[in-house]
Amino acid sequence: MNLHEYQARDILRRHGIPVPPGEVATSADQARAIAARLGGAVVVKAQVHAGGRGKAGGVKLARDAAEAAAHAAKILGMTIKGLVVQRVLITPAAEITAESYLGIVVDRASQRPMLMVSAAGGIDIEEVAVQTPEKIHRLAVDPRYGVLPHQALGLALKLYGDLTRARAAADIMQRLYGAFYAVGASLAEINPLATTRDGALAALDAKIVIDDNELTRHPELAALRDTSAEAPSEVAAREAGLTFIKLDGSVGCCVNGAGLAMATMDLVKYYGGEPANFLDIGGSSDPQKVVSALRIITADPSVRAILFNIFGGITRGDDVANGIVQATAQLALKVPLVIRLTGTNEELAIEILTKAGFSALSDMDEAVKQAVAKARTA
Amino acid sequence: MSIFVDQQTRLVVQGITGRDGSFHTRQMLGYGTKVVAGVTPGKGGQLFDGVVPVFDTMADAVAETRANTSIIYVPAAVAASAVFEAADAGVALIVCITEGIPVLDMTRVLPYLHERGARLIGPNCPGLISPSRSKVGIIPGNICRPGRIGVVSRSGTLTYEIVHQLSGAGYGQSTCVGIGGDPLIGTSFIHCLSAFQADPDTDAVVMIGEIGGTDEQLAADFIQQAMSKPVIGFIAGQTAPPGRRMGHAGAIIAGSSGTAAEKMAAFARAGIAVMKRPADVVTLLKERL
Repeated sequence: MNLHEYQARDILRRHGIPVPPGEVATSADQARAIAARLGGAVVVKAQVHAGGRGKAGGVKLARDAAEAAAHAAKILGMTIKGLVVQRVLITPAAEITAESYLGIVVDRASQRPMLMVSAAGGIDIEEVAVQTPEKIHRLAVDPRYGVLPHQALGLALKLYGDLTRARAAADIMQRLYGAFYAVGASLAEINPLATTRDGALAALDAKIVIDDNELTRHPELAALRDTSAEAPSEVAAREAGLTFIKLDGSVGCCVNGAGLAMATMDLVKYYGGEPANFLDIGGSSDPQKVVSALRIITADPSVRAILFNIFGGITRGDDVANGIVQATAQLALKVPLVIRLTGTNEELAIEILTKAGFSALSDMDEAVKQAVAKARTA
Repeated sequence: MSIFVDQQTRLVVQGITGRDGSFHTRQMLGYGTKVVAGVTPGKGGQLFDGVVPVFDTMADAVAETRANTSIIYVPAAVAASAVFEAADAGVALIVCITEGIPVLDMTRVLPYLHERGARLIGPNCPGLISPSRSKVGIIPGNICRPGRIGVVSRSGTLTYEIVHQLSGAGYGQSTCVGIGGDPLIGTSFIHCLSAFQADPDTDAVVMIGEIGGTDEQLAADFIQQAMSKPVIGFIAGQTAPPGRRMGHAGAIIAGSSGTAAEKMAAFARAGIAVMKRPADVVTLLKERL
């Protein structure tokens, strides 16, 4: 789950990391009031789950409150990478002399949290990582001990020549790791960690992604989810216990298992079609999930045919068949349905489907070919 | 022969009285797996289905029954704790079916297992089966046939699809292993490939990968350097949009490493026969064997 910048700043501040003041506005008038309260020049920053906000025109410097209101009016409602901006963060403009990068991810190769730091922070850090990887310093953290003081100071001294500043940065690195671990993050990032004119360090921008699997034990974090920043179909799918990702094609796919779902999309493409979605109904045997899945797929007007690909293991074929029968009774399908169903309780499933006037195929390739052809002629 | 599980496997089921645990214990018993014990705290002393003794702790279960393998069906919030308990009880192989374990839990579990010399398969995996010998997990027994092809996969149902194609064409399996779809897992492709290479009853290996991470690329290097047996490979997620999570947490394209195209290219460079679609597995095996 992605957090907004203002939410990530709150977490860092609670962990003792220096974060400049700032408040969130949803209207130009609010932006004006906040800017007036902060005094002087401010930065108006779009709060959306997308990188490259600055380059997209979502971050603007304002000399005074009136200009802050004008920028906010322009940024609110703007679309960045398909997401509509609904909030802006207003924060004082700081004069900065240097920008560093601090980030933590879980590294698959070392199977540990990895702290990555660089003196070349700022908006081009991804470019730095590709072009000059030697400018990024890494530490695989032993989760039993966390980031030890000498490890943090060693990294900080690669970023700052001045010992006082290096000690301050080392402290921030340890606190960032503390925040990362406490909230169950899969990513925690400060970029830039700015050196201000008076020589102090401050986290000017922050990004935190929470591991979805942590949310059941962190209800306070789950409550931070901003469903308005996500596609409505994806919100509905999550609430129904399905994994759904909307794509641009015309063949709606409903599959059990993530790997088979991806392979089904690939096969749709192989036979000349385009998948309309990724949808994994999971391993459970609940006909209601199939009803929810069909409701979400049929809500997409670009879907011209629907393909079920079910290989029963834990998922029982008869449950899926019952779900299809229930869903089609409730939903009045306007597009053709192609069903491939094999595995656990296959005979029972086919009996249920046949009785309701459907037919089922047992071969995946054949089913995909038919679905692609039907999507084309429908 | 086979890898990791066979007739010597003495299995203890952690979470035997739960919904999934009880269902799949019956399936495994029906397949002929030696299920010697179950563990559910508070239910020690009961007999599951009149045949399997239930214990309160793993330590008791292992001490009483000499179980050497455990399988975990407990909920995600307590699954890491179940793995720690299994390692302390001294079983050599731990198979974790549970999906949704926080990745930071795994960063603590894996070094603990390593220090105790225990192997973990999974989490978030379908387990493994050595057809007609032992089934430890949820792979449907009826789609498998005994034979000489090794199968290793990050997926569940996609594995069933490919095993189904193999069995239908008369290619039985020595062992099918689902290593799991999470970013951090206990047993990698390389561990399985190396075991299949050493197994005298495996002639060729089918390897099923997906987008995200670099495990398939590392496996390709290993195959090139250390394997003489033919390997057939598949990568799911060729049409996946970059940066989106596709059900498996592991299937995330991070930066430039992890796309299907990249992985398929690494396979081809290593001399692995690359399937374009699951149905290609039989044709490619015929060519290579």
